[in-house]
Amino acid sequence: MHTVKLSTLKPGESATIAALNAETDLYYRLAAMGFRVGKQIEIIRHARFSGPVHVRIGTTEVMLRLTEAMKIDVMAPAQ
Amino acid sequence: MKRIALLGMPNTGKSTFFNRMTGASARVGNWPGITVDLMGAKVLLGAEMVELVDLPGIYDLHGFSDDEQVVRHFLENNPVDLVLIILNTTQIERQLSLALQIKQLGLPALMLLNMADEAAKFGITVNAPRMSAMLEMPVTLLSAKYGAGYKDAYHAITHAVQQNRPAVRLESIREILEQDTRIEATMDRVLKSAVQIPPQLSDNMTSRLDRVLLHPWLGLPLFFGVMFLLFQAIFLVGKPLQDGVTWGLEIFRQGALEPLLSHLPAAAHGLLLDGVYNGVGTVATFVPIIILFFLFMAVVEDTGYLSRAAFLMDALMSRLGLDGRSFVMMLMGFGCNVPALMGTRVMRSRALRLLSMLVIPFSLCSARLQVFIFMTAALFSPRAAPLVLFSLYMFSFGTALLTAILFKGQYRSNEPFILELPPYRFPTLRQMVLRGWHEVRHFLNRASKFIIAGVVLVWLLTHFPTDVPPASAQTLAGMLGGFMAPFLDPIGINQQLAIALIFGFVAKEIVIGSLAVIYGMEGNALMNLMAHQLDWVQAYSFMLFTLVYTPCLSTIATLRSESKSNVFMLFSVAWSLALAWLLSFAFYQGARALGY
Repeated sequence: MHTVKLSTLKPGESATIAALNAETDLYYRLAAMGFRVGKQIEIIRHARFSGPVHVRIGTTEVMLRLTEAMKIDVMAPAQ
Repeated sequence: MKRIALLGMPNTGKSTFFNRMTGASARVGNWPGITVDLMGAKVLLGAEMVELVDLPGIYDLHGFSDDEQVVRHFLENNPVDLVLIILNTTQIERQLSLALQIKQLGLPALMLLNMADEAAKFGITVNAPRMSAMLEMPVTLLSAKYGAGYKDAYHAITHAVQQNRPAVRLESIREILEQDTRIEATMDRVLKSAVQIPPQLSDNMTSRLDRVLLHPWLGLPLFFGVMFLLFQAIFLVGKPLQDGVTWGLEIFRQGALEPLLSHLPAAAHGLLLDGVYNGVGTVATFVPIIILFFLFMAVVEDTGYLSRAAFLMDALMSRLGLDGRSFVMMLMGFGCNVPALMGTRVMRSRALRLLSMLVIPFSLCSARLQVFIFMTAALFSPRAAPLVLFSLYMFSFGTALLTAILFKGQYRSNEPFILELPPYRFPTLRQMVLRGWHEVRHFLNRASKFIIAGVVLVWLLTHFPTDVPPASAQTLAGMLGGFMAPFLDPIGINQQLAIALIFGFVAKEIVIGSLAVIYGMEGNALMNLMAHQLDWVQAYSFMLFTLVYTPCLSTIATLRSESKSNVFMLFSVAWSLALAWLLSFAFYQGARALGY
């Protein structure tokens, strides 16, 4: 099973978080929003013009920028 | 007196609960160890008065944002007898961490699981007694919005306070919270045994609405359409109400005040009627519009649409060196710049905060809106008036964007941007009324402070010395206007308007009141006279200048206190003044050159 960056997933795809490559501050903020290794994450939509990504973890919907989404590794979803 | 602190993450209904507990009695207060004001209120619990303090919404006690530091400093400097932790039950999976942090600090705590109604809809069930036993703190379910479970919560809080556990004062919160791994393990254990969450979770209504409102192409046009309709509606509903107030004030003056005050000397009669009554009365006619504006903004804010606006606008905002939160704060600034500036505290990067604070004062606040509604009603046809207003909103955005582009190089930041998109919720009538009441009270407080003093001062300036015609070039005001003429003539602003501008520096609420005093007329008579004296080019140039030149003294004071820098405050004021003059100059001279 190989991992890919969260930013490469398409809307509608789900995957399991494999690693959070974030510095301390970002790590705490992600953790408070429910991002943890092993959690299921679903991409809902991308905003236009390389804008933020809209994702769902459990009951929480969150938006984050592509630069942050690149720091999150997920298990590659089954094709 | 015992002290209870209310703590929770953003979007958990913390303020709704606070308002329900305290009614309308809450007051802003100062606290040791922190420089910002927090809402506090005295509440009767059982037979005992206790003090309830509303702490800012935070995600965890580790963070470095200003709000997180405020909470830490508060807890380190003020002993508390009980911490009320309020969680959104729907998101208990992740919000439990905050409760566990409080438990680890050894603070006496009580957990309120709010939005229990919403969680039930999602199929989430919580075994409160079991959770309470595992966490060793009382746990109650409630819905602060609809009041269900509120009585139980009230009793639980009363009971917890009556335990008389010694108040705890903490030394250094960050050091106590070092062992975070334990918290994660406890969290998993508690969730497994006390909470049931269905595997597939989504709120259908929210998903369907988002599919339209966050549509790749339709999202932004829809957003601006909604805003435009909102302002149209305010105008449509507010205007007849405003006319009604004007009519009532005129009747009162003719029927009661004139006969009552007729025996007073001419100067006192003039000061009271043409000064105070006309000035304050003209401002009072705007109260209905202000109420409507805040009601509508409160609905938009409480529904969760503003965070969608942040999603839609972030791509543009990031290119301007800002982020979606800055855009939301700009929108809040359309109500009042002061809370919007304070709202930037959620940002951790100082550069990002300063750049946001630099653009927020260009947001067309409700006080400026009154001036524009008055001027457009006086000088433009009813068909053109909403378009003129809309164009001013566009200028408001435009000047903010221009400012961000010009100065983003000076204020570089790489703060990560992560924001929650809460499900759509519709506020209850009770919430809306309470919110409207708070805003009106705030407005009337300002009115009593600034407006009466302002209009009296304008009256004195326009009536001294006493042996010349009022408001003529020989009065103090006329001399002041004459002194300003070299700057203001090129942008088409006459001497009467110049005086109003000087007072507008203190508060925009005074502008219309001071025009009423300067011209010695109010309401429709004042509008007719101004329509006679000014043409639309001058009026629009005046409005442009008013929009940009400076928000008000309170905003400037807030800029200083939030940035903790005199240099930044002076820079912001100087830049606004320069931009205002250049913009009005370009518009006025351009329009005249085109033959208007």
